[in-house]
Amino acid sequence: MKRLIAGLPFVAAVIFGGFFLWGLNPDRDPNEIPSVLISQPAPAFDLDPVPGLETPGLARSDLVSNERPVVVNVFASWCVPCRAEHAVLTRFVEREGMRLFGINYKDKPEDAVKWLNDLGNPYERIGSDLSGRTGIEWGLSGVPETFIVDSDGTVLFRYVGPVVGPDAVERFTQALKQAGALPNGAGS
Amino acid sequence: MRQLIFAFCIGLLPFAANAVEPDEMLTDPVLEQRAREISKDLRCVVCQNQDIDSSNAGVARDLRLLVRERLVVGDSDAEVIEYIRARYGDYVLLKPPLEPATYALWFAPIAFVLIGVFVGGGLLMSRRKQEAFEDLGSEDENTVSEILRQNEAGDAS
Repeated sequence: MKRLIAGLPFVAAVIFGGFFLWGLNPDRDPNEIPSVLISQPAPAFDLDPVPGLETPGLARSDLVSNERPVVVNVFASWCVPCRAEHAVLTRFVEREGMRLFGINYKDKPEDAVKWLNDLGNPYERIGSDLSGRTGIEWGLSGVPETFIVDSDGTVLFRYVGPVVGPDAVERFTQALKQAGALPNGAGS
Repeated sequence: MRQLIFAFCIGLLPFAANAVEPDEMLTDPVLEQRAREISKDLRCVVCQNQDIDSSNAGVARDLRLLVRERLVVGDSDAEVIEYIRARYGDYVLLKPPLEPATYALWFAPIAFVLIGVFVGGGLLMSRRKQEAFEDLGSEDENTVSEILRQNEAGDAS
């Protein structure tokens, strides 16, 4: 009995020490919000095109029955990190053959048009989410956010924040490859 | 002095301000009150330790409007919370639900108190036992009397 009690501080130290070790891991992001959408069907939505843009609007039906998984990117012209991310996404579309759809989140149409004219438009379709309601359906906590959606409409992957920088691009590339969202033979 | 108090009170005013803006509020005070109560239990996903009732973030405002919209449609409080939870997960609830994944969270404090009582109580009991008079074994008794006898013999000389 006494030996048992004597061992307790050691057990407590191991438990708390293990917890602290886990907490100190520099790769752990305490702000990360677990997504409920992963492995769930993508939410139903139907968005009109951005007025003044020739790109058609976006609905859930556009994401399903594609040959390969597609990518949905939520962006806005007022979002500064989106500008940096735009170049990365464009490169994925042009060089790797990724299929990209956009949700223009709470953006003034004229600003969005100007932004896409300045930077180029890598999106096949863009839905205008003026009210932010579709954003809520996707469990959005901010822009940009990027999703990979399987051809049966299942959400496979979610990236919160801009896909910018070697680590983020690497993670995103891995996810694209795992999902099979890139055509065979493309990329390195 | 009076001016100083007045200035102090004015200075406190900003802290009483609410994030809920007048254009969001429902005309029905009962529904509005329910919306406020629900909003206090929902976490703002941008500013993560604030409830949406007191947050000025855009998403928080959208969620407040959504909560009110659902209430107007006729949802119960639980249905409204379930609606938001289906989209943002358990994370959006400021009070975590009681389910197997959260047992450690709910029961760990009770477990720690019980362990504390058990260990602390055990130590106190054993200490009290030590204080109590204990018979020496016959062997020890002999040794002690032997020493005492030797000491007496030494004193006499």
